[in-house]
Amino acid sequence: MMPAMRMPPGREVVPRYSTGERLTHWAVAVAYVALFLSGLAMFHPFFYWTSAFFGGAAFMRVLHPFLGVALFVLFYAYALRLWRDNIMTDSDKKWMSNMVAYMNKAAEPYVDGKYNAGQKLMYWSMVVVIAGLFLTGIVLWRPYFAPSFALVTRRVAAVLHAGLAFVMFVGIGIHVYAAYWTKGSMRAMTRGTVSGAWARFHHPGWYARMTGKERP
Amino acid sequence: MAFQSLDVINRSASTSTPPQARGALEVAKLIDISKCIGCKACQSACMEWNDLRDEVGINPGHYDNPADLTAQSWTVMRFYEEELPADKGLAWLIVKDGCLHCAEPGCLKACPAPGAIVQYANGIVDFQQDQCIGCGYCQTGCPFNIPRYSMKDQKAYKCTLCSDRVSVGLEPACVKTCPTGALAFGTKTDMKDLAGERLVELKSRGFEKAALYDPSGVGGTHVLFVLPHGDPELYRLPKDPRVSPLVALWRSGVAKTLGVLTMVSVVVAGIFHYMKVGPIEVDEDHKENPS
Repeated sequence: MMPAMRMPPGREVVPRYSTGERLTHWAVAVAYVALFLSGLAMFHPFFYWTSAFFGGAAFMRVLHPFLGVALFVLFYAYALRLWRDNIMTDSDKKWMSNMVAYMNKAAEPYVDGKYNAGQKLMYWSMVVVIAGLFLTGIVLWRPYFAPSFALVTRRVAAVLHAGLAFVMFVGIGIHVYAAYWTKGSMRAMTRGTVSGAWARFHHPGWYARMTGKERP
Repeated sequence: MAFQSLDVINRSASTSTPPQARGALEVAKLIDISKCIGCKACQSACMEWNDLRDEVGINPGHYDNPADLTAQSWTVMRFYEEELPADKGLAWLIVKDGCLHCAEPGCLKACPAPGAIVQYANGIVDFQQDQCIGCGYCQTGCPFNIPRYSMKDQKAYKCTLCSDRVSVGLEPACVKTCPTGALAFGTKTDMKDLAGERLVELKSRGFEKAALYDPSGVGGTHVLFVLPHGDPELYRLPKDPRVSPLVALWRSGVAKTLGVLTMVSVVVAGIFHYMKVGPIEVDEDHKENPS
């Protein structure tokens, strides 16, 4: 083991994500982008050019389901580590009722947990959507599984798969934007820490539990 | 515009319309079941012309051989032993199975690969295997269960109506070889006229329910059947085939456009929200517990 580098003390930082959590998150993100680009090419001819990123459309079609399995495994490995912090509580109701005001910066966030209700909703919607995408994807997977399903099952799966992928895009779009909008958040996933001020403002309850300090 | 008979009028997964200035005669193959003796010469001719060799299978105890359509067998004679209604006795109904070349092809609608499935002005629906990406969606779209997926190259295959022969003025190989005249090929109008004459004859011979199979649910087909007993279901042909509403929804221009529009809106909404509201920033130099 190399000795840790010593840095002079600066602003207060609070650890938010472990290295394992961060790497899994980004592995999921990479798989998502690849899946999204390849799926989009098959969804609308307008985007067929994205197949060029995958060495041609035929190979892209082969890769897509394997990427899907990778995302499925990585996502649930990640989600399993976070589920306790994503249980909805009573205090989340207040956040939900203030959500529109919060989006317009007209109301203070009231958050007790490590995540606010919006983040929790994102979490649970992804838990459901990715399971649905995985199951319907299996039904469509050529050449391995599709032949063993009835035609009507495949038709239903195709519609659901496209619909769920669409929900996922909207969800991930909000997720990415929210991370960009809330300055100081990106650092949690890129470096694993957030500033004390960020934690006190966005997640006061979590801050108090993490640092043993009083809630502001 | 090389071969007039093969002018493309429809192309899978394409955003632009192919040239349509020039009209063309629609062709059709007429399969007169009342004249068919089940000799399978058409199957052999199809194999020969298209240079296909299926796996040697086993005899499962019936006359269907091979037992089903495959990527190497684009047409198969099916033998149905059928007890006819109204005590008309037992009959052997022999159906030449293969692509019907729909005017509104479900395979083409479902296909996500541009140009992997094309529809010619003469009505032939053709797979272009070099453009095929092997997703098998054409099977999902087909109301007749025709396309077959090859495990060898992961591409879909079906009857081409010998588009290569038709483009140079020849009839399909199966038609060329049929010894009883059960198969005929020509313009769709001519084939319907021919079928009409045959129906009159059949009816005069006691086949009161004899009918022509040209299902309107898929806009009509370019392979027509004369059904001596009328009811398509006796011949295991779908009574009212149409592209499944699920496929129609999944591949509809409206659904795809709505999908893309909403995705664009998410991006636009993000930009606009940021410009209007601005980011949420915390004052890093703010002293702890200011109260």
